[in-house]
Amino acid sequence: MSATERPTLLDFVRARPALQTAVAAVVPVGFVTVLLFIPYVLLLVHSFWRLKGGAITHELTLENYQRLFGTALYPNTILFSAGIAARVTIFSLLLAYPLAYLLAFKVRRHKQLMYMAVIIPLWVSYLVRAYAWKIILGQSGILNGLLASAGLIQEPLTFLLYSRWAVILALTHIYTPFTLMPIYAVLEAIPPALKEASQDLYGNRWQTFRRIVLPLSLPGVVAGCTFAFVLSMGDFLAPQLLGGNDSALMVSNLVWSLFGVAYNWPLGAAVSVVVLLMTLCLLWLANRVETAMNYGGQTVGVPRAGK
Amino acid sequence: MTAGTAPDRPDRLTAALWITGALVFAFIYLPLAVVIIYAFHDSPIIAWPLRLGTLHWFADLAHDRGMLEAALASVKLALLAVAIALLIGVPGAFVLDRLDFPGKTAFRRLVLLPLILPGIITGVSLLTFFSFVGLSLSSGFPLVPGWPVVLGHAAALTSVVITQVFARLQRLDRAQEEASQDLYASEWQTFWRVTFPSIRTAVLGAGLLVFTLSLDEIAVTFFLIGRQNTLPLQIWGLLRRGITPEVNAAATVIFAVSVAVIVVWARLMREEA
Repeated sequence: MSATERPTLLDFVRARPALQTAVAAVVPVGFVTVLLFIPYVLLLVHSFWRLKGGAITHELTLENYQRLFGTALYPNTILFSAGIAARVTIFSLLLAYPLAYLLAFKVRRHKQLMYMAVIIPLWVSYLVRAYAWKIILGQSGILNGLLASAGLIQEPLTFLLYSRWAVILALTHIYTPFTLMPIYAVLEAIPPALKEASQDLYGNRWQTFRRIVLPLSLPGVVAGCTFAFVLSMGDFLAPQLLGGNDSALMVSNLVWSLFGVAYNWPLGAAVSVVVLLMTLCLLWLANRVETAMNYGGQTVGVPRAGK
Repeated sequence: MTAGTAPDRPDRLTAALWITGALVFAFIYLPLAVVIIYAFHDSPIIAWPLRLGTLHWFADLAHDRGMLEAALASVKLALLAVAIALLIGVPGAFVLDRLDFPGKTAFRRLVLLPLILPGIITGVSLLTFFSFVGLSLSSGFPLVPGWPVVLGHAAALTSVVITQVFARLQRLDRAQEEASQDLYASEWQTFWRVTFPSIRTAVLGAGLLVFTLSLDEIAVTFFLIGRQNTLPLQIWGLLRRGITPEVNAAATVIFAVSVAVIVVWARLMREEA
């Protein structure tokens, strides 16, 4: 390649495979360390710094955590968010499981296409999907319009929008495809022979489902529920857009205002760290449960969920 | 399906399953349909009843400077995020696939964090980082929407590239590379002639996915954006001020573009499978 007489830098690099490997390894590891590891650590460090007269001082203190756990607002909001997230998780699971089952076992034609159709909204339109509920549930929205024209109501229902149920509904809508993904993956991987064997042994469909399909799909259920819970608990836009006085404040909204208008980064960091630790505990627990549940995983080759 | 599986009889249980599935499907898509339909609503107030039949809002959108500038910023941001995420993520996937080093497990878990954690945690972490190192949020503007937000998107989305390319590398038949080396190809030649062609669609697919995810990203963007709004933030601003069908028109355009990109991605993935 080199037309010149002198060896170019490229030739120098080419002649040294070990150097190539080193560079190829150092670049991504370095990038991830600097832009992910250090920022997460810095968040932790911020939570131990003191805010003095509106400025962050690098004195170590526990007062952010004392304030966090000593003020009812913070633990209450965390619990409230967890409650919302738990309901979103249950509803997402109830909606996602039958659809995943249908896609995995009953849909024969255009299966991949149908699956993609369910998953696509996940990637493209977070804000639009939250906003859609404003059009549907609003005072002059579609639901009120339809109810009124059906003669069922005289006055528009005002409790639909700006309520915790609006938030739960929108978050369920947003995270149902997320819950579906891992469930579908495990259902897909169940060998048809297993279901057939159960049927050959005169198991009826309910028994086949309860004894074969359901247990084998549990790792996917755990993974899906973990996603739904963690992500809906950390959501802050849907609550702000659709929540009422009682529900516009989830824990992420607190973080948002502490880092924004309130300009109390150390306290905001402390709240974030609590959420981060809760999330990591949950992920660790889910991982343990999935591993424990993966009975038969080795013998029938059911892949671990989340792949 | 294996031979011998009796086709399901159309019975009540199966029918109930199909109906439930159809309802869930409708639940996923109806709200999107509502937003798109209202983009053609002939009144500035979004209300029932629907009055269809205008392209007025798309025309408004085409003349909305704030929106156009935000769109341009979003595309720039997404392209830069894709470029950086690929430059980092592809070698990252090779590192996970082929090298052993202390802390490798930690590296793998760390990379996954932005995908699993609520976006806001990654957002505020990066904010504290850029503020700590003293990189202004509008640095690089107007050339780029701001280096922090570009790096932030890249950092959060590199995970996507690493996981996608890593999955492909794991399925790769190493015998081909060995054959290439047996035929006295250099490592360099082996990489470009043998390895890269077999991961090319995964790399391209990951790039497309990062592109759409970056276009839609809002939690990290919120904290890192400088003076120039991205498209989702511009729309968020409009939503807070009271809404007109222009928002719906914008949403419709974004949805169409994203779906087009995803369809290309899905075809790439299928070709390979």
